[in-house]
Parts: sequence; structure tokens; C-alpha cells
Amino acid sequence: MEAQARGLQGRREFSLKNFFLQWEWLLVVILIAINIINANLSPYYLNYESLRDATMSFLDKAFIVLPMVLVMILGDIDISVASTVALTSVIMADLYHLGLPMELSILVGLAVGALCGFINGLLIVKFKELSAVIVTLSTMIIYRGIAYIILEDQAKGNFPEWFSFFGWEYVGGVPFILVVFLIFAAAFSLLLHKTTFGRRVYAIGNNSTASRFSGVQVDKIKVIVFTLTGLMAAVTAIFLMSRMGSTRPNVATGYELDVIAMVVLGGISTAGGKGRMIGAILAVFLIGLLSYGLGLVNVPAQMLLVIIGLLLIFAVMVPKLKLGKLRRT
Amino acid sequence: MNKMVMTCLTTVLSLSMLAACGGGSTPAAGGSGAEPAKSEGAKPADSGAGGKKKYAIIFKNTGNPYGEKMMEGFKASVTELGGEAILKAPDQPTAEAQIKMIEELISQKVQAIAISGNDPDALQPALKKAMNAGIKVLSLDSAVNAQSRMVHVNQADPERIGRVQVQAISEMIGGKGEIAVLSATSQATNQNLWIDWMKKELEDPKYKDMKLVKVAYGDDLRDKSVSETEALLKSYPNLKGIIAPTTVGIAAAGKVLTDKGLKGKVHLTGLGLPSEMAQYIESGVSQWMYLWNPVDVGYLAGYTADALVQGTITGKTGDKFKAGRLGDKEIIADDKGTQVMLGDPFKFDAKNIGEWKSVY
Repeated sequence: MEAQARGLQGRREFSLKNFFLQWEWLLVVILIAINIINANLSPYYLNYESLRDATMSFLDKAFIVLPMVLVMILGDIDISVASTVALTSVIMADLYHLGLPMELSILVGLAVGALCGFINGLLIVKFKELSAVIVTLSTMIIYRGIAYIILEDQAKGNFPEWFSFFGWEYVGGVPFILVVFLIFAAAFSLLLHKTTFGRRVYAIGNNSTASRFSGVQVDKIKVIVFTLTGLMAAVTAIFLMSRMGSTRPNVATGYELDVIAMVVLGGISTAGGKGRMIGAILAVFLIGLLSYGLGLVNVPAQMLLVIIGLLLIFAVMVPKLKLGKLRRT
Repeated sequence: MNKMVMTCLTTVLSLSMLAACGGGSTPAAGGSGAEPAKSEGAKPADSGAGGKKKYAIIFKNTGNPYGEKMMEGFKASVTELGGEAILKAPDQPTAEAQIKMIEELISQKVQAIAISGNDPDALQPALKKAMNAGIKVLSLDSAVNAQSRMVHVNQADPERIGRVQVQAISEMIGGKGEIAVLSATSQATNQNLWIDWMKKELEDPKYKDMKLVKVAYGDDLRDKSVSETEALLKSYPNLKGIIAPTTVGIAAAGKVLTDKGLKGKVHLTGLGLPSEMAQYIESGVSQWMYLWNPVDVGYLAGYTADALVQGTITGKTGDKFKAGRLGDKEIIADDKGTQVMLGDPFKFDAKNIGEWKSVY
């Protein structure tokens, strides 16, 4: 990793300077460092099988990270996502047990997820005096509450055999979940960085009033982004359910914090308007592989929390310290 | 720029130090990084010369003294057998966290996994994957379903545990009044089984004046157990007794009853750790309670894991093996699978709690 750092330094006179002075490069450096440390700590870390299967255990929540990047660039936040996961999974399981085919149950689940997000978006644009934290805090409690009303502390399982494919199977030696995640990641990157829609998201995050006066349909864009977030929470629910073979109303507890941690570590500014999709995607793998690697050497769970917390403080602190003028653009 | 390089290096260093500290709680993995990891990996590699056998235990969550005692017992027996014990517990009592740990253990190529499940069915795909990789899987304390394990190590006969608690509360409240149950999570297999037996015991006509008004779930979290107890007292002002078949729950209930000065008005029994319950038993908030020795449950699981790995037993009914200081054990059938039984529940009251509270 030293060579990597020197490489960064060596290019300081180049016109590429700005390119290498980005937050994402620091993430790449840390990611490489984590891999080196993990490989040294555990002989079981650095092989294809371990790394491949590791992705299966942390990618489920990563689907929410993608739209959450948009939400946070808008300058908002959505903390109801874990509850949306619980609600959609409970509805899917319940519908299946009521006799609906699993395929249809999944479609309904996706629709319910999108609806949850749509409601969040609608509330946020209709009640502008309330911040997104307050709105989604309320819906977080409501969605989880409905999930409890539906299943009442019970678990529902016994899904059809093929359903476990989502969480456990491979396509050409690559976990299915990884393939799907990469497709979604590419789609969201294009949406954010290559479309007018994406440019408008940045514009709103930088100055929503100015955007509004420039003719940007701020409300419409916000509702779309929150709906996408709900939809992706439902996608997470499908993969999580498939992995567990059952679901309960208390499923995915704490996912919202994991997701927000990944987005923040990815260099997306909590104040809005700044950050890139690739940063968040790197952060997903960074936290995922870090926690998997430390799990391999059986680091106690509490210690893992401390380490991830330290990483986050570091991520929030670095730009403030103006270390090397690292840019979070 | 220099500062940035320094920052990177410091991060890396501090991370590796943290990792090293954490890793220190378990002995370093046998051998250096030289062991080739086969991608086929159908069987755990015991080819590594002099490599100790690795047996892992996964409890429900951290910060549970009962679980810690059990892991202690597991470690003791595995050490006796010359193996290496890996102790794991997630920070939240969820099945998804346990699935992640099972994956980590499969990658580490352990020989056996003993698990106290947070959900009977949700761990099935993960544990099946472990068994397909040649790892022996058993459950202890809180069973996983019969397809996900080879054998279950049971602390005591669930029927006796359930019935005896109803008998106790009936005696305490004079066989009359409303009672409630404060359990762990709604999906805790062992608790649910005991509660089913409590309900069967309550069907006896001699309990016709007693009424089970509610089964509340404290999720084995202290704060939730406290608020659930308070909610029970509020919703049922005539409540006469609480049965808490969980160590976290009974201690929380004991605290609430003490704080509210309800000693003698609302009675409490259940399953608790002597060290945590001594003050409430001595003060009379709970006249007596039950438990088995969690250290022994873990200890028995260690020997059961070893017997499975050695091939002495396969997990079938009638298999026999020696379990160290616990003597000979036999595998018996339970509902759909098989199990090894530790023994009868043990009664702790004011007379004997003093000698036990320092033990566990």
C-alpha cells in the first residue's frame, strides 16, 4: 500500500492531479490495505471461494445503498428503509401462505416497497417544514408496526425450493446476488452521472431554491428518488428472505444505519450536493470485506462495531482537516 | 500530500492493531498463511500436520451471561479434548447475523459447529451448506430444525421444565389469579416449547382458577424485558404471577418488581442465573426458580461435537458416547430429530442460592 501512496504523491505535478486527489482513491487504498491485512491475519481469506461467498453475506443491504446515495445527494435522508424491508418481506411471505404464487407475491412486494417509498417522498414534499429525518422516522415506526400486525411475532417460511436461488446460488461461478448488484450499480451510476435527472439531483442538493426557480421539478424528482429507495428496499427483502428461508417482523433490524454508514464512508456529503456512486459502491465492499475478514479471525462482534465506527469518524473528519486537500466531489 | 500518506499509513496501522487485539481472544489459527485453500473444499482439510481440530460455538448474542457460561463450558471440554474452541456471538440476536458467522466458519474449515439458534428455520440453508462442506453441525440450548442439525444438545426435558414452572407459580399464588409469561424472542425454539408445555399443564382442572393472560417477549434484551414487564403490570393490574423462562427476562422482572415494591403482591419464578438472581431470591421477590448448569450444557456440546467428528456417533437414536466428567450419554429421539439430554431442571431457593451464586 506504500507503493500506492507513493504513486499518488508522484503524480502531484501532473495535470491528472485532481483525478488522483479524490476521496475514492483513498477508499481504494483502504480497501487494498484491508485485503492485505485480512490475508495476513487469516490463511482462509484470500481465495476465490471465500471472497465469492463473502459477497453473499453482505450484499443484501447494498441494494439500498444505491438509491440512498441519490437521497443524500438531494440533502435528505431515509431511515425507514429497514422497516420497508421488514414490511415487504412479511407481506410477500404472508401472500405466499395465503395461496398466491411466489412470483406474484414478489411482484406485490416490489409494488409495496415502491409504495412505501412513494409515501415517504409525498410526505416530504407536502410538508416542507418537516425534515426528511422526522418524516422517515415516523414511517419507520409505522411500517415496522404494520409488519408486526401482519405476522404478530411469528416467522413464516417454507418457500418454494427455487426461491433459495436468489440468496444462495451462482451464475457461471459468480453469486447471483453479486451479478444483480453489479447490474443495479451500473444502472444507478449511469442514472446519477450521465442523465439530466442525475444532474438535477446534484443541483437540488446544492441549492434547491435556485433549482426550483430554474424550472427544475424539485418535488417530482424527490418523490421519484424516494420511490426508488422503497423499491430497492423490497429488492433487499427478496434476497434476505431467500437467504434465510423465512421472515419475521424484526428482520433487517439496524440495516438503515449500516446503509447510511456505507453512503457516508463513500464520500457522499451529509449536507447534500456532493459525492459519487462509485464511492458508495467501494464503501460497500470495504465494510463488507472488513467485517468478513475480521469475522474470519473471530474478532468479537462488539470490536467490529468499534472499528467500523472509527472508520466512519475518519471518513467524516478527513475533509474537515483538509488533509492533502482531498476532494469529495 | 505528505499528510495524506501519513493518514493512510496511520489508518492501516491502527486497523491492524485493532484487528490484532480482537484476534487475541482466540488462539491464532494453526500454521501460517501457507495452507493452500482448495477451491473444491468438500471436506475440511485435516491434512495440515499438527493442526488442532477446530470446534466452533455460536451463541444467540453477546452480553448474555448465560451464553457466556455455556461458551465457557464448551471451551473447557474442547480444550480437554485437545482441540481449539472458537467462540462467536453476534451483537444482535438475529438469524441474519448468525448466517454470516456460519459462512465465516465454513471458510475457516472448522470441523464442527454448535449453534444456539435465533430462529429454528432461518438457519437451514446456511447450516446445510456447512454440512455439505463436511462440517458436523449440532445445536444446543435453542434448537434449529431437524434438517439443519445432526443432533441437539438439550439442557433438560422440555416437558418437565414447562410443567414445573406452572406448578411453582401456582404454589406461590395459591392457585388463583392471573399469570403472564415473559419470554425471550418469539422465535426462540426452546422457550416456545416450554411455553407450550406450560399451556398443557394449565389445562389440568386444578388450575381452573388460574389464567394465563399474556405471553410477552423481551427479546433477551434488558431494556426491552424491563419495559415489557412494566407493560404487563400496567395492562393487567390484577396480575398475580410472572413466569420468565429466560435469564435476562427473569432478572429484568426481578428488578422491576423490586423497584415498584411489588414483592409478595406479584410473584416471580422462571429460569435464571443464580449469580444474577441471588439478590431477588434472598429478598423474596422470587421465592425460587429453576435452571440447569449452563457450563455443563456447553461442556456436553463440546463432547458431542467431538464424538460426531471422530465418528463415534452419527446422530442416530441409540448412539452412545462418553462425555468426560458427565459420564455416558445416549442419543434419544425427540420430535423430528434426535437429542442428548443433560438432566432435570434444578431448583434454586433461599436455602441453596448462597452456595450457587458464586458458581455461575
